[in-house]
Amino acid sequence: MKFINYLEKVSGVDIFGLSSLLLFFLFFTLMLTWVFKTKKKSYDEISRIPLDNN
Amino acid sequence: MQVEKFYYDNKIVKAFGIATIVFGIVGMLAGLWAAIQIYYPAISLNIAPTTFGRLRPLHTNAIIFAFVGNSIFTGVYYSLQRLCKARMFSDKLSWIHFWGWQAIIAAAAITLLMGITTSKEYAELEWPIDIAITLVWVIFGINMFGTILKRRERHLYVAIWFYIATWVTVAMLHIVNSIAIPVSLTKSYSWYAGVQDALVQWWYGHNAVAFFLTTPILGLMYYFLPKAANRPVYSYRLSIIHFWALIFIYIWAGPHHLLYTSLPDWAQSLGTVFSIMLIAPSWGGMLNGLFTLRGAWDKVREEPVLKFMVVAITCYGMSTLEGPLLSLKNINAISHFTDWTIAHVHIGGLGWNGFMAFAMIYYLVPKMWNTELYSKKLATNHFWLGTIGIILYAVPMYWAGFEQASMWKQFTPEGQLKFQFLETVTNLIPMYVARSVGGLLYLIGVHMLVYNIYKTMAKGRFIAEEAAEAPALVKEKPHKEYWHRILERKPVTMLVLSLIVVSIGGLVQMIPTFLVKSNVPTIASVKPYTPLELQGRDIYIREGCYTCHSQMIRPFRDEVARYGEYSKAGEFVYDHPFQWGSKRTGPDLARIGGKYPDSWHYNHMYDPRSMSPGSLMPQYVWLLDDALDTSSTPAKIRAMQTLGVPYPEGYDQVANRDLMHQADSIAANLKKDKIETAPNAEIVALIAYLQRMGRDIKLEKKPIAENIK
Repeated sequence: MKFINYLEKVSGVDIFGLSSLLLFFLFFTLMLTWVFKTKKKSYDEISRIPLDNN
Repeated sequence: MQVEKFYYDNKIVKAFGIATIVFGIVGMLAGLWAAIQIYYPAISLNIAPTTFGRLRPLHTNAIIFAFVGNSIFTGVYYSLQRLCKARMFSDKLSWIHFWGWQAIIAAAAITLLMGITTSKEYAELEWPIDIAITLVWVIFGINMFGTILKRRERHLYVAIWFYIATWVTVAMLHIVNSIAIPVSLTKSYSWYAGVQDALVQWWYGHNAVAFFLTTPILGLMYYFLPKAANRPVYSYRLSIIHFWALIFIYIWAGPHHLLYTSLPDWAQSLGTVFSIMLIAPSWGGMLNGLFTLRGAWDKVREEPVLKFMVVAITCYGMSTLEGPLLSLKNINAISHFTDWTIAHVHIGGLGWNGFMAFAMIYYLVPKMWNTELYSKKLATNHFWLGTIGIILYAVPMYWAGFEQASMWKQFTPEGQLKFQFLETVTNLIPMYVARSVGGLLYLIGVHMLVYNIYKTMAKGRFIAEEAAEAPALVKEKPHKEYWHRILERKPVTMLVLSLIVVSIGGLVQMIPTFLVKSNVPTIASVKPYTPLELQGRDIYIREGCYTCHSQMIRPFRDEVARYGEYSKAGEFVYDHPFQWGSKRTGPDLARIGGKYPDSWHYNHMYDPRSMSPGSLMPQYVWLLDDALDTSSTPAKIRAMQTLGVPYPEGYDQVANRDLMHQADSIAANLKKDKIETAPNAEIVALIAYLQRMGRDIKLEKKPIAENIK
């Protein structure tokens, strides 16, 4: 029941592992870059939205 | 700028709020009843609808979808209007949503007690109800997106992202997991079988916890906590990271429910790795919540709403640390199939979901009735009683889980198992009693809430239409902005992005497992069930046997010694749906076939304690009298053929002949042991299934070389 036995039969299966890792890396890099590039002032504004009304 | 006047709809919030309380009590009562049955089986009343196997799914479904579900809608309908500065998109849709959801709950309660179930945990409802859920969910979605689109606030506050991600992911999970072939109006077979069914089910089960019990509640936390504390969230930046990291990582972690099972090893490891990573966003969220109260802890002393929230968020942190730890194989080897899991989910259920719901209700009712809470003191007492209830519930269950697992694994110096299975269960009875006392205290607390809320409502005046005003949204001149600021204004883009993010994890796990379907090493000796066994299996499903019995022998020394050869993926290829189970209050049944004579099973179903004194299993007396409905056999065979089970062509027409033949031989066999039974009694079919279980691989031909050795 080792998975490797099936994997040999799925063509181009390497791409799964490789693309997953790449995707994971890109996703977090992009997110963190942009989150930290945004100015704190604009966040302060948005975070007050729930408190604005009643 | 033109200021527009409009009204918030509080009536729908009130309706969902009341439904939350009512179904909370119903769900908790069902839980308490089921909990008492474990040490006092007679309280099942010896009738089918109230046995543990049917009551437990009712409890879980009522708590998840009726109690927590209604509390989510309460909070969403209140906060979404205010965060968007707009009334709900359509009153009509709001009410269709409300009544549709309550009708689904009623249908669920009736069908589950009748034994109409798919047996897939937290997705037990049969296909017509599944379709109704889909429709009502779509209506909720239209109403939510309609409101977001006509909003008067440019930015989508973080709570709304959590609502959007919840909506889209729950839709995806529900549809993928519910795909089945209907046999009749009340019966269907899962499209997936065995290993694949287990993978899809726990991808669903895990993410139902993630996207029904966690993300929407986090959305509520990000709205109601700042409101109650009257200060913005600690770090908005952290909330963005929290959101994206959580929804990205959560979806991959499902296989941690299947460690040491026949699921391919790589998938198990994937589940473990992502579960460990989950600690980061979960704790980020918890700390964000708790830090919001920095410098405001004096308010926590005064305000019951905040007290409930602090414990809720702490419980969130505890269970999201515990969850990843339970995903480590060495810890899971001890915790899985024991009460440890029960303790874990109740920290989440009672602490996080329950206390957030109570906090919200205590906050909302005085607001909407324009008054003060009737008694803060009573609410504080509710808080303490609830907290003690949680501790009294969880501690004995942790103890029980750890103790049972240790007893399972003990061997005598001679190499024999030290304890009978039954001993490992009866030993826990004091813990089960303590647990139900904890549950009872918690339930008494809820009744204090009911009284307090009733009194508050009576002294205030309900504001059905709450007046508000805000300037209309004008198109902004385009200027350079960061992507997330743009995203925050584009709900549909947000929806699509969330969907992409959450689909990736599912696809990476499922595609290989499905592509290799033909490669799951089919064991030649594993054959489809006979018609009688198939009918028996459906009785097994109907009675909810899977709630206490697993069918998955893990490759451990003690399990192999106790139950036999460990389970192989190839053994389950005709199991639509799989019946691996998740808890062993009774022993594993994967290789029960042939272990006892037919008459043992007959007597055991009539009165379990006559065969194994001290057993906690309910009596199944009706199985001895009720006649098997054989008219469904042809349709069942045809459905199985559609799913790829290799019955010969045209077998549906002759299946009942084979069925009666097998039934007669079992009846004759019972007669030898002086048991008179009609061959068409349900018990005969069930015995046929039980005696078949796990025997196929024993018929496998061993290679000659091995035989010589």
